[in-house]
Amino acid sequence: MKATLAIQRGTPGEPSRIENFEVTFEPGQSVLDGLRALRCEADPSLAFRFSCINANACKECMMLIDGKVDYACTVRLKEGTTALSPLPKKALIRDLVTEIAPPDERLRPRQ
Amino acid sequence: MTAKANNNTAAAPAHIETDVLVIGAGGAGMYAALEAAKAGAAVVLADRSLIGRGGATVMAQMTVAAALSEQTPDHWEHHLTDTLAAGRGLCDERLAALLCEDGPHRLREMDGWKVGWAREDGHIKQAQAPGHDRPRCAYVDFLSTGPAVSRTLRAQLNLSSGIRRIGELVIVDIALRDGVACGATALHLPSGEAVTLAARAVVIATGGLTGLYRRNSASSNMGGDGYALALRAGAELIDMEFVQFFPIGHLAPRLVGMDPIMWDPFRYKLGGKLLNAEMREFEQDYATPDTRSDGRYVLTRDLATFAITREVEAGRGSPAGGAYLSFQHLPEAAIRSAFGPVVDRLAANCIDLTKRPVEVAPIAHYHMGGVRVDDTLRTAVPGLYACGEAVGGANGANRLSGNAITEALVFGASAGRNAARRALQNSSRWSAQAAQPALELLRGAERRDRPNPAALVRDLKALMADQVGPFRTEAKLQSALAAIARMKTEIGEVPFSSASAFDPVLVDWLDLRNMLLVAQSVAAPALARTESRGAHQREDHPGLDDSWCVNQIVALSRGNALELSRAAPSAGRAAA
Repeated sequence: MKATLAIQRGTPGEPSRIENFEVTFEPGQSVLDGLRALRCEADPSLAFRFSCINANACKECMMLIDGKVDYACTVRLKEGTTALSPLPKKALIRDLVTEIAPPDERLRPRQ
Repeated sequence: MTAKANNNTAAAPAHIETDVLVIGAGGAGMYAALEAAKAGAAVVLADRSLIGRGGATVMAQMTVAAALSEQTPDHWEHHLTDTLAAGRGLCDERLAALLCEDGPHRLREMDGWKVGWAREDGHIKQAQAPGHDRPRCAYVDFLSTGPAVSRTLRAQLNLSSGIRRIGELVIVDIALRDGVACGATALHLPSGEAVTLAARAVVIATGGLTGLYRRNSASSNMGGDGYALALRAGAELIDMEFVQFFPIGHLAPRLVGMDPIMWDPFRYKLGGKLLNAEMREFEQDYATPDTRSDGRYVLTRDLATFAITREVEAGRGSPAGGAYLSFQHLPEAAIRSAFGPVVDRLAANCIDLTKRPVEVAPIAHYHMGGVRVDDTLRTAVPGLYACGEAVGGANGANRLSGNAITEALVFGASAGRNAARRALQNSSRWSAQAAQPALELLRGAERRDRPNPAALVRDLKALMADQVGPFRTEAKLQSALAAIARMKTEIGEVPFSSASAFDPVLVDWLDLRNMLLVAQSVAAPALARTESRGAHQREDHPGLDDSWCVNQIVALSRGNALELSRAAPSAGRAAA
């Protein structure tokens, strides 16, 4: 089966752009599986956070999936288009990565 | 913020000074930071991920072994006897004794910090786990042990003073002056800037290397970077060939939102049955008199991994290439009571245990080997310490279940204390020169992403799983070493980069630089060890060979070549 991921990309200070990627998947695979495959097959520069991969333990892969805040590791890939964008209320770092670290755990806490 | 072409050309990198630098904020690193601060040291706790979110501890859903004598009378020496037996003659007895003797203190300290150990009749409940001679394993109910341990330590970090936490900081190399560790050089992911850290003592708490394998139960950042940092700094590694595979990692159907090793406690509580394609229990076929059966769990982890792999090879595997784990012999109420809210999470994955079995197969779970340390957790490099899974030796050729979190807490505490003592007794050895090699490496990064470093990471994981997995042969290991050498050539000596902020291409390149060195450090001693012992099984050399009751040590020569040597296992007790 094929899914299309419509991903909002860019850095602060430049207009964001939507890039579409097609990814082959097996039923049951997660959006994070799709993103990871995409880096290997199409564009390794795509930035997104993840750590525990599959367990929903690290809570780092939170993003906007079809307009809803969710975890990429638990939402399943589907046929057709899935829209992915960074969390809207957090400062953008790049692509799907936003500043989610607690302020006192950052290199520059006051930034 | 405007994207600069290359932030690393900026005049002076950000610089931080501290007494103790702890690298890695899993269970061991957080405990090390707490103990070092308690001893009066200023601490920086750095992690490449968010603090307390990455690593293995947060993923651990299982049990924590310590001779608490809560469930039944016990003594730490009984725990030690079991640990040494599981280690098949290769344990560093000093480290194993430290783990077992100090374990109860750490578990009680965690209890005081309200970790929430499961209780029964007013005492901490301790479960029996395979390889233990009595019920010894505390836990937090419903697969919450690791998250509870992480949460508790994070709360203590918040309460303590003197610990600066910095997430999203990838340590590139340990800084050395005259052979003494004096800090580190790092890449700050969100900005892409280089950062230098001066420290009077450095603690490596980066966990193991299971991220080198395709199917594994740890976080993505567990690619063994601490081992590479230690090797390049001049420290030694020990027992690197011993990678523990967890026999019943979840295989099918696809399960998301849960740890793949979640089945074990339920199998234990409920007596889940391991079946082959003929729907026949097969564990007894592989049981031998030394397996320390407790009557419910027939096989220790290494033997269960062997049994499942052999069944698959004999054509009796499940459709996805593993074994069936079935709870169908149990009434629905018993399943609901044991699994609690987990039943609903399984239902969301279309898994109904009353209707059909799941499929399980061995999965890379833990690394017995690691950085070689003395009984103060110090490496061969003055000022450089290691703790947690990153340390090798305590568990020999095979780890007892329940010893990993105990090891994280005990070794973390000890390394933190000893690093603080050293830091407070020595002046800073920092010189800007010490950071130069790593700064130059980062500055030299080239804008390119071919060959695709993400694909190379994927290929390396496949290579390790297929050729340096639980069952090894000379041909497979030689082919793996040749492929690792080819991949080293492919990535070259100059980092790849694609952006200034949060650059996954640069991170993959830095990871590959470490992972390829560590993969070689596993495959080379695995090739040399012409016997089968614990987690190292050679199909072309079955059975124990008494002349191999030695540890293999890995080091880097001055010319950066990998050197192997042998040493007799350390005996005797650590000073408590």
